Amino acid sequence: MRISCPLCGPRDRREFYYRGAAVALQRPAADAGEDAWQAYVFLRDNPAGVTRDLWYHAQGCGAWLVVTRDTASHEILATELAAEVAS
Amino acid sequence: MRFSGWRILKEGLTGNSGWTPQWRDPEPKEAYDIVIIGGGGHGLSTAYYLAREHGLRNVAVLEKGWIGGGNVGRNTTIVRANYGLPGNSEFYSHSLKLWEGLEQELNYNVMFSQRGVINLYHSDGQRDAFVRRGNAMVNQGDDAILLDRAALRRKLPYLDFDTARFPVLGGLYHPRGGTARHDAVAWGYARGADSRGVDLIQNCEVTGIDIDAGRVTGVQTSRGAIRAGKVGIVVAGRSSQVAAMAGLRLPIESHVLQAFVTEGLKPVIDQVVTFGMGHFYISQSDKGGLVFGGDLDGYASYAQRGNLPLVEHVMEAGMALMPMIGKARVLRSWGGIMDMSPDGSPVIDRTGIEGLYLNCGWCYGGFKAVPASGHCFAHLLATDRPHAAAAGFRLDRFRSGEGIMDEEATGAQHNLH
Ligand SMILES: Cc1cc2nc3c(=O)[nH]c(=O)nc-3n(C[C@H](O)[C@H](O)[C@H](O)COP(=O)(O)OP(=O)(O)OC[C@H]3O[C@@H](n4cnc5c(N)ncnc54)[C@H](O)[C@@H]3O)c2cc1C
Ligand SMILES: [Zn+2]
Repeated sequence: MRISCPLCGPRDRREFYYRGAAVALQRPAADAGEDAWQAYVFLRDNPAGVTRDLWYHAQGCGAWLVVTRDTASHEILATELAAEVAS
Repeated sequence: MRFSGWRILKEGLTGNSGWTPQWRDPEPKEAYDIVIIGGGGHGLSTAYYLAREHGLRNVAVLEKGWIGGGNVGRNTTIVRANYGLPGNSEFYSHSLKLWEGLEQELNYNVMFSQRGVINLYHSDGQRDAFVRRGNAMVNQGDDAILLDRAALRRKLPYLDFDTARFPVLGGLYHPRGGTARHDAVAWGYARGADSRGVDLIQNCEVTGIDIDAGRVTGVQTSRGAIRAGKVGIVVAGRSSQVAAMAGLRLPIESHVLQAFVTEGLKPVIDQVVTFGMGHFYISQSDKGGLVFGGDLDGYASYAQRGNLPLVEHVMEAGMALMPMIGKARVLRSWGGIMDMSPDGSPVIDRTGIEGLYLNCGWCYGGFKAVPASGHCFAHLLATDRPHAAAAGFRLDRFRSGEGIMDEEATGAQHNLH
């Protein structure tokens, strides 16, 4: 599996640390309540197909990426800098 | 048909012409009291114990593929009761006791072999943690023996004890642990359930769950609608998809775990050996193949196959620990979809929708749980009360934070177990 880092180009999967579903970009407000926090921390769509997750280019440029990929085929469909997605 | 030594002798002398299919291939009925979604180990054992313990026989198991095609036929077959936390301890202890009587109970040779499981330690801190774990196991009524270096050397003389990174200092030995023939476990439970009247319906994918006014009324399938009084979801790696049919979002992420087997060799590895620090474990099957694996690939996946980095890592860890296996040729590798929960422990619970029950979150350790999971899930389905041995496996622990069972103490968070 290769991930195309927007800054470094296509790189081996070994260079990246996986953080999980890209929910971290939708952190609820501190007082959003138990339901919102349970959903954020624990509940997942966990799709069999296209998903968006967070990868960290640990052995490269150190950027956090939002990777759109297919969990059934391992195909990487798109990569974006998390900083740009979040802003 | 009962299996016995006599029967084998007779069939051997008469051209093996008297064997009959082990279960029927029935058409689905219009309605059942209970429908189990998923014909893996857990679904089959649930159906078996519903019929056997609770006299509930108007039951169907709906399997989208074939019996044994899921993780129950893909795992590395390790059975153990070496958990350290209340909630898990009593459950896996219960399961090990069921394993010990399983072949007589099912009249089926599941090749359960209590060859012992040895977890290696490499530092004083890890030894202390194993002492604590061993005491928890003994307190639970199971067995654990701490082996120092000399004692371990007598059991596993072939290890490379003096690797620079992880010198082997000893091991925690669990004599009652071991392995079983995974397919036979599925087949034995399938046969036992079928012979008690349960309909095992293969090639039947559940595509929808019917709910009316907060109560489950049946399921939609690739073979038509089936009404049901109660429905149990037992689909391992596919839990999120099937639960979504009922509008539920689960605390589950599906990950791929790979495993490997070599050509058959003469007996060389007598126990199950785990090298946690290297993420490597190994045993030898009765056919002689070295069966081994490591950690998850580490990203959400439904592909049932992994990637090369993990393959390399597992081979390297194996070579570091026991260089003697280097000449064995690997025959096959494969992957299965694991239903990973945030704290690494499972869920056996109601769902908030009346009549709909959930069994999931087995991570990479659900094979050893097959007997007790079915036993406890059947109890919940039949009586609406949790079985004492599985009372901790609540779905709401992630909401309340109460009763989180994080064996590895890494934090109850996705992607850490
Ligand atoms: C490589 C590997 C090694 C492992 N090693 C061990 C080990 O050594 N020890 C251990 O204890 N555990 C181990 N495990 C874990 C263990 O195999 C699983 O936790 C356990 O088998 C899961 O339960 P199951 O048997 O019911 O799952 P499965 O056999 O996967 O059963 C689920 C079934 O549900 C069916 N299904 C899914 N969706 C639908 C639908 N919509 N309609 C109808 N049916 C559906 C699937 O086809 C499948 O047959 C390992 C797993 C893997 C992959
Ligand atoms: Zn980069």
